[in-house]
Amino acid sequence: MNKFENTGSKDTRSGFGSGLLELGRSNPNVVALCADLTGSLKMDGFMRENPERFFQVGVAEANMIGIAAGLTIGGKIPYTGTFANFSTGRVYDQIRQSVAYSNKNVKICASHSGITLGEDGATHQILEDIGLMKMLPGMVVINPCDYNQTKAATIAISKHYGPVYLRFGRPSVPNFTDPNLKFEIGKGIILNQGTDVTIIATGHLVWDALNAAEYLEEKGIYAEVINIHTIKPIDEKIILNSIKKTKAVVSAEEHNFHGGLGETVSRILSQNYPAPQEFVATNDTFGESGKPAELMNKYGLNKESIIDSCEKVIKRK
Amino acid sequence: MKEENKLQNLVFQTRRDILRMVNNVNSGHPGGSLGCTEFFIALYHEVMEINENFSMDGYNEDVFFLSNGHISPVFYSTLARRGFFPISELSTFRLINSRLQGHPTTHDNLPGIRIASGSLGQGLSVALGASLSKKLNNDNKLVYILLGDGELQEGQNWEAAMFASANKVDNIIATVDLNGKQIDGSTDEVLSLGDLKNKFLSFGWEILELKEGNNIDLIIKTLKKAKALTRKEKPVIILMETEMGNGVDYMMGTHKWHGVAPNDELLLKALDQNPETIGDY
Repeated sequence: MNKFENTGSKDTRSGFGSGLLELGRSNPNVVALCADLTGSLKMDGFMRENPERFFQVGVAEANMIGIAAGLTIGGKIPYTGTFANFSTGRVYDQIRQSVAYSNKNVKICASHSGITLGEDGATHQILEDIGLMKMLPGMVVINPCDYNQTKAATIAISKHYGPVYLRFGRPSVPNFTDPNLKFEIGKGIILNQGTDVTIIATGHLVWDALNAAEYLEEKGIYAEVINIHTIKPIDEKIILNSIKKTKAVVSAEEHNFHGGLGETVSRILSQNYPAPQEFVATNDTFGESGKPAELMNKYGLNKESIIDSCEKVIKRK
Repeated sequence: MKEENKLQNLVFQTRRDILRMVNNVNSGHPGGSLGCTEFFIALYHEVMEINENFSMDGYNEDVFFLSNGHISPVFYSTLARRGFFPISELSTFRLINSRLQGHPTTHDNLPGIRIASGSLGQGLSVALGASLSKKLNNDNKLVYILLGDGELQEGQNWEAAMFASANKVDNIIATVDLNGKQIDGSTDEVLSLGDLKNKFLSFGWEILELKEGNNIDLIIKTLKKAKALTRKEKPVIILMETEMGNGVDYMMGTHKWHGVAPNDELLLKALDQNPETIGDY
């Protein structure tokens, strides 16, 4: 089992803030917009260093998306920042027409995704955003797993022309990926080699997947763990190569199973190499108030659920 | 050709284009298109400074956005006759595999279009973004945008209106096509816009009122006046009263031709009122 060390838990939104700050120094065309959540999004560093390139739009997300689309005309690379709920569902038509259909180079950066936003409850949480965004033609959907990867992704998407949805979160989570690893859009990463089952995880669930694999190994079950940070375009090759070897798959995500990563994996399997799959995801439900860890446990988004799902799916081979 | 004849000839020809385009596919929006024909010709032939070759970024040239995308026929005709793409392409309007979609889009790389529009209420925000981009680029040219009056019922416009004055976006000239009509009836019947002038005044905009929005000389004069009001730390808006269906007697004074194409018989009647001048497509 590959060992991954938590170098100190951090929130992924701070990875975004740090990446954005670096972009502010390295790319004069990067501009940022925020809808009254500058502190929550960790955009204050960029704002302080680049006041002329930072636009506070107030509580007006639809206008923010439209302004971002317009800023691209003239070569700017706008990064919009608000919570995932207000970055997607609230402004779906603005993104659809002014950004996606118009193929504008807008980076929609969404913090507080999933249920780990915690105490604010279901009005502010969103478990549908991956589905909403992946359905838009041409939209790239990225959900990094820790601080380092979120920072790297934030920088990498500036070099990709076209609309991107970048999803990250609020809670402190283990920071374990190599800070020097180049972020390649659309390239999955095998974190652990295995032969019995493939765990395909995204976002906060990647760390749990590694912990689950470690536990399973002690029981003589060898799980391959793949970090799918890019949900669209998805790395079909890395998924299929793994499943041809293990013949069983568990997908794990902090999202509704409707429209999430797991469904994309199912589509790939059914078209190419049918194999049993179990889903670690929420089951067509809204979230609720609570501490992030409590919520993850209540909704079955944790190491234990991944272990159970692996054992179940192996029996279905 | 005298300048005024040139413009009047373009008006007649553009009306013919609009009518023939919508008749050909028995769909599309002639009413608002005809109501804004003089505005488009004034803007593209007398007011805007446009580079010879179209570029999406529009560096060092004036750029225009159409928020009420359903009046695409007048936009397409104007662009074609201004040399953005072949006039013959107007015959493909709304047909399969055409770049001239029912509502304008950048999706098919049609020169002259910088944003998709049709789903209403989004254009002003986009135009503001382009204005900010010009400021960041130290580009002294202007951003123009046309809005429908009905679409002012969309809340996003008011988010944008608030942002524009708060941020002193003063390199934008917005125009509202005040024809007082929308699909279901008059704007007063559907959802009254109230005192629009005072609404924009209280939102911190510089207002110009144009009562005769189908008088091309007055449109040019008003747009030039608007230009002189830019760069004074306030966004500028023209409230332009127009006649929906202008130039076709049976289309005027009613909302019924908002989104209905004339049949062959009525097309001939309309064309009789608008002589061919510089050649049909």
